[in-house]
Amino acid sequence: MQRVEQTSATRNPAEETGQMPALFSSGDDASEQPRPTGPDYLAIQRSPEFRELRGRFRRFAFPMTVLFIAWYLVYVLLAAYAPAFMSIRVIGSVNVAIIMGILQFVSTAAITIAYLRYAKRRVDPQVEQVRHQAGVQ
Amino acid sequence: MVNFLAASEKTEINPVLNTAVFAIFVGITLYVVYRVSSGKKSRADYYAGGSAFTGRQNGIALSGDFLSAASFLGIAGAIAINGYDGFLYSIGFLVAWLVDLLLVAELLRNTGRFTMGDVLSFRMRQRPVRAAAATSTLVISLFYMLAQMAGAGALIALLLNVHSRWGQSLVIAVVGLVMIFYVLVGGMKGTTWVQIIKAAILIGSVVLMTVFLFGKFGFSLSNLLDSAAYNSPLGDRLLEPGAQYGKSEVTKLDFISLAVALILGTAGLPHVLMRFYTVPNSQEARRSVVWATACVFVFYLCTLVIGFGATALVGPGEIKNAPGGENSAAPLLALHIGGTVLLGLIAAVAFATILAVVAGLTITASASFAHDVYANIFKKGQADPVDEVRVARRTALGIGVAAILGGILANGQNVAFLVALAFAVAASANLSTLLYSLFWKKFNTTGTLWGIYGGLGCSVLLVIFSPVVSGASNSIIKSVDFSWFPLSNPGLVSIPFSFLCGFVGTLIGKDKADPREYAEMEVRSLTGIVPGNQKA
Repeated sequence: MQRVEQTSATRNPAEETGQMPALFSSGDDASEQPRPTGPDYLAIQRSPEFRELRGRFRRFAFPMTVLFIAWYLVYVLLAAYAPAFMSIRVIGSVNVAIIMGILQFVSTAAITIAYLRYAKRRVDPQVEQVRHQAGVQ
Repeated sequence: MVNFLAASEKTEINPVLNTAVFAIFVGITLYVVYRVSSGKKSRADYYAGGSAFTGRQNGIALSGDFLSAASFLGIAGAIAINGYDGFLYSIGFLVAWLVDLLLVAELLRNTGRFTMGDVLSFRMRQRPVRAAAATSTLVISLFYMLAQMAGAGALIALLLNVHSRWGQSLVIAVVGLVMIFYVLVGGMKGTTWVQIIKAAILIGSVVLMTVFLFGKFGFSLSNLLDSAAYNSPLGDRLLEPGAQYGKSEVTKLDFISLAVALILGTAGLPHVLMRFYTVPNSQEARRSVVWATACVFVFYLCTLVIGFGATALVGPGEIKNAPGGENSAAPLLALHIGGTVLLGLIAAVAFATILAVVAGLTITASASFAHDVYANIFKKGQADPVDEVRVARRTALGIGVAAILGGILANGQNVAFLVALAFAVAASANLSTLLYSLFWKKFNTTGTLWGIYGGLGCSVLLVIFSPVVSGASNSIIKSVDFSWFPLSNPGLVSIPFSFLCGFVGTLIGKDKADPREYAEMEVRSLTGIVPGNQKA
């Protein structure tokens, strides 16, 4: 056993679920309940529904992380090592550097919106399914 | 108090007005803190505001926690003086939120409860891992706080026209006492409302200034850039990267090192992480990041305009000669376009920012000490929750007093590097271990400890032996030169090093990760299923 103590701090269900209205939370300190028998996490982890959930989450989050970090690094490296390219003027005094900078803003917004939509469409329903399967409301 | 009202030599700056606007802000926030605080607090109230905030509220508060005086005054000033290179900072600070959005916020919300240590120690040996997590939390909070407080002195000189050391110390002490009151009385709930109010005023005023400025230039970015370049000794180079970082190969590498620390550091800042516990579930945590990103997005676009606007309308010469140097760009611009009233508002916002950020740091550090160190290390998880909150409050008091003393001592010192260092430590010690812990099944206690201490130690050591501390004309210690690490920002080395430490530590460590515990962590992080909320 790695975990030496199972404190109420890490095990009290009342607030971690997010299902309880916060008003109730102030009562948590008084109740040092014994740990309830938990769900069978190994079984959930092995279930096809959970694997699907994990796959959906990772298929979006991991490549997107690599993508935006790479795009940011390209931008930073260009700024450091290709100032001549960055200073080409495009519209009036607006040069490539300013446009690239603003594109970083745009891409950040785009990825955020894309993730919101993806999560709502593909991840959240799957979470519900896994929770349902596990007997959680 | 005489110093407060000391007759202003410059007629433009009106300390009474500035103080009055700030006093109104303090008055409103004190009232709100008093109203939302409900006497006796449980741990959930004190640490996480009862997890009752909505994603939008917490998102705005997150941006309030994140947008420090350094990023408001500092970045506007950096753009005004160094042009494009200042803008590069803001992009790092914005893109960084994607790490939070995609990899950290939701999973952290589902796995932990009060502190970063909750997540890191989830499937590890509690005591050593919590000790390590608390160490890095305290170190980061301390660095960050000192940087904020040290900047206050220059701000006081600029905005209140208080130049004597005693007068400045007095103001710092007053600001610190107000901050302590927020934290002690309001706990996380009160502090969160302070952040929300502050963020709303901050973003509102920069948007106002930006629209006004843009109007002056016929809503043309090109016109604005032209005037800025015309007014700057850099000329067109103002609009190109390299004015600050392009000097040599070393400065270029230094810049890249900083850039990496900025985008990876945000998701490891303990006071940002702890905010995710103030919402009820992972969807709200996601919403928090989205709102925070939106606020930060608007804010940094505005600072671009404000920075170049300051070059165009105020001029780099006047900015550099003002008491706060670069930091005075935004206030001086406010004076130019809106007179003393707008300056008063911006001055108050800048103070409010220091106040709110330091309050956020104090509550984070006190939570980590009480929850990780006192309850789980000293009391082995058997602490009475009431005692734990008491310890947290006493710690907050202690940290508050330390912040005041530190701020007075560091006043006028060149400690701006501490912010960058805090980001580097956050990226090195915290982010690496958080990611390993969430996604790597074999990651174990030894790996966690190696990762945290390795990243922390490496960052701090490299800075000690860098030109920041010795060997350069603007070093802290000028008399001796013991520097051998050329970069001022350690991130480029310390971040990969911490990942390597975590990896090697895991392979070497004799304690094998328990697949059962990893299953629990993985399932919980993605679904929020916790023991006890099943139907049956």
